[in-house]
Amino acid sequence: MKRFKGVTLLAVLALLVAACGGSTGESAAPSGDEKPAGWLEALGEAEGELNLIIWPGYAERGEYEGFNWVDPFEAETGCKVNVTAMTDSNNGVQLLQSGQYDGGSFSGDASVRLMTAGDVAPVNVDLLSNYAAVFSGLKNQAHNSKDGMPYGVPHGRGPNLLMWNTDVVTTAPTSWDAVWDGTAAVNGKISIYDSSIYIADAAIHLMAKQPELGIKNPYQLNEEQFAAAIDLLEKQRDLGVIYWGSYADQVAGFASGDLVIGTTWQFMANVLGGDTTAPKVETVMPEEGSTGWSDTWMMATKAANPNCMYLWMNHMMSAEANGQATVFFGEAATSVAACDYAETIAPGHCELTHASDEAYWETIWYWATPREDCDDADSATTCKTQDDWVEAWTTLRGN
Amino acid sequence: MIRRITGWFNRHPRATLGALLAGPLGWISVVYLGSLLILLMHAFWSKDSFTGKVEPFNWTLDAFVQILSNPVYFTIAARTIGIALLVTISAAAIALPVAYYMARIASPRKRALLLVAVTMPLWASYLVKIYAWRTILQTNGLLGWAISPFGLEGPGLTEIANSWLVLTYLWLPYMILPVYAGLERIPNSLLEASADLGGRGWITFRRVIFPQLIPALAAGSIFTFSLSIGDYIVPDLVSDAKFIGNVIYDNSALGSFPVAAAFSFVPIVVMIGYLLFARRLGAFESL
Repeated sequence: MKRFKGVTLLAVLALLVAACGGSTGESAAPSGDEKPAGWLEALGEAEGELNLIIWPGYAERGEYEGFNWVDPFEAETGCKVNVTAMTDSNNGVQLLQSGQYDGGSFSGDASVRLMTAGDVAPVNVDLLSNYAAVFSGLKNQAHNSKDGMPYGVPHGRGPNLLMWNTDVVTTAPTSWDAVWDGTAAVNGKISIYDSSIYIADAAIHLMAKQPELGIKNPYQLNEEQFAAAIDLLEKQRDLGVIYWGSYADQVAGFASGDLVIGTTWQFMANVLGGDTTAPKVETVMPEEGSTGWSDTWMMATKAANPNCMYLWMNHMMSAEANGQATVFFGEAATSVAACDYAETIAPGHCELTHASDEAYWETIWYWATPREDCDDADSATTCKTQDDWVEAWTTLRGN
Repeated sequence: MIRRITGWFNRHPRATLGALLAGPLGWISVVYLGSLLILLMHAFWSKDSFTGKVEPFNWTLDAFVQILSNPVYFTIAARTIGIALLVTISAAAIALPVAYYMARIASPRKRALLLVAVTMPLWASYLVKIYAWRTILQTNGLLGWAISPFGLEGPGLTEIANSWLVLTYLWLPYMILPVYAGLERIPNSLLEASADLGGRGWITFRRVIFPQLIPALAAGSIFTFSLSIGDYIVPDLVSDAKFIGNVIYDNSALGSFPVAAAFSFVPIVVMIGYLLFARRLGAFESL
């Protein structure tokens, strides 16, 4: 019992310290009384370093002509930027939880988990001068806020697209059927994203083809719907699918002709378009709709360099940085000013990406985390969890 | 004072040895075994299925239940062990004649050249070699170009046999060198005695040379087998196949540490079994 007493004493002490900390009231935190972990009241001196988890293509420093928004940031703030690219959202969550990063750009299937776990901190947007100009459709959404508090700032959004090699696939496809049903010309050369989140793409196909399953949200699937999606994925695998884990894998495959059709981000089409020796590719947003992402720069609760992270978040909402970054990746810019800047690099970009067309974004299912409670008010139904998705993906890929 | 201490150590040789070894042994046990222990303990910890956070000291066997209840993990383990065995057998089959030529037939100059040739690939980066094989094996690659006149196509980058081929290539030197050393150790007089007793080439090899080479082959096989069973880059890059290492990597990268840790028991147990088997064949005397 003696040890327990010690522990209790420590706990009481910790409570006292916490209470004292809360009652000093030196700050006007959003809820009024208590500062949330990682809350920044005022900007301090830049730490000189910033460690980020990014999607590939989200922090360019001039490797591609005309795209450089990291060097100007470093020159202006003195924060040296180090980046680690994630392969998928699950990987991003794991990287952030390792505790070695100040923050990163997370899609909805990662951001909600990170907010729930307390791994990322709410953001004091009053300190970010560029936040006011951001499209209101990107503020205080389920994927970037909790309890009415913003937990990050938007980077850009876009759909997952269908890409094909125009030499091999001569009639432009308009539907995802091309990757689910296959043809003699493409079997064995179909390129599919190697992540459990791709199960949602199967669910979207089922929403169009088998409405009797009653899928309402491709990320929240019950037993029967999930089984149908996995069944579809197994059939697809047997067509001879090659799964891509990193974008470079897919680019290399399309360039060599080992891949001719598949799911992609506009980014890879842009890279292939810039390679004169690669076969010509085109992309389309298929008529069934698609999965997509809306990415958020978030700060780790335990960030070692919070000031640099705030400076970075503000920088990534600036017209120049956001304009360049969203053109580079082929996604929609986050403000009118960024859109205007993007038009100067790539005329027609804003309309092409539907930057301010909120009706368009309603047709896109942003990546979200599968939850046991189906993420709805109905407590009677249960859905497959994130772990079920990962395990099903291992089973699909391992056999 | 110092004299008294040294005097004491002088009278207690075991204590001297203990003091000397305390540093390195402490390092091994704390840093190496300690981190291994923490890794393996993860297998018995639970995890929040939504946020992906491991809950330390919250004991459960869920990870093992998951692995045992889903046959895919058995398939993956069997595939990995099967390929590792194939790699070991094919490496031995190539190593025997090469090492025999080097040790018994080649002139000293040729032998030196061959030794350099065998070890040369070890100087190149492992990844560079794998990417070189990718350019050979991809559909429009070097191999596809070479066999296209016969109406054949390159194998592409999804065949499981690619992994067998590339792993055999990568680990071959580790088999040739011990076998070569083992052949050099066989005294000429034994072969002469065999010939005197009427033993022709094949009989001499089968009944005189091969039995004495078993420890060397077992030593080489430890390398080829253990390196193959742990590899996860080759199967991913040339085969698009999942090995044990891929599942461990995927699960740790996806934030499912308990499953990754539980599955890592498989190669550990297999390797312990293999090492015990190799020890019975005398592998450790010929390393």
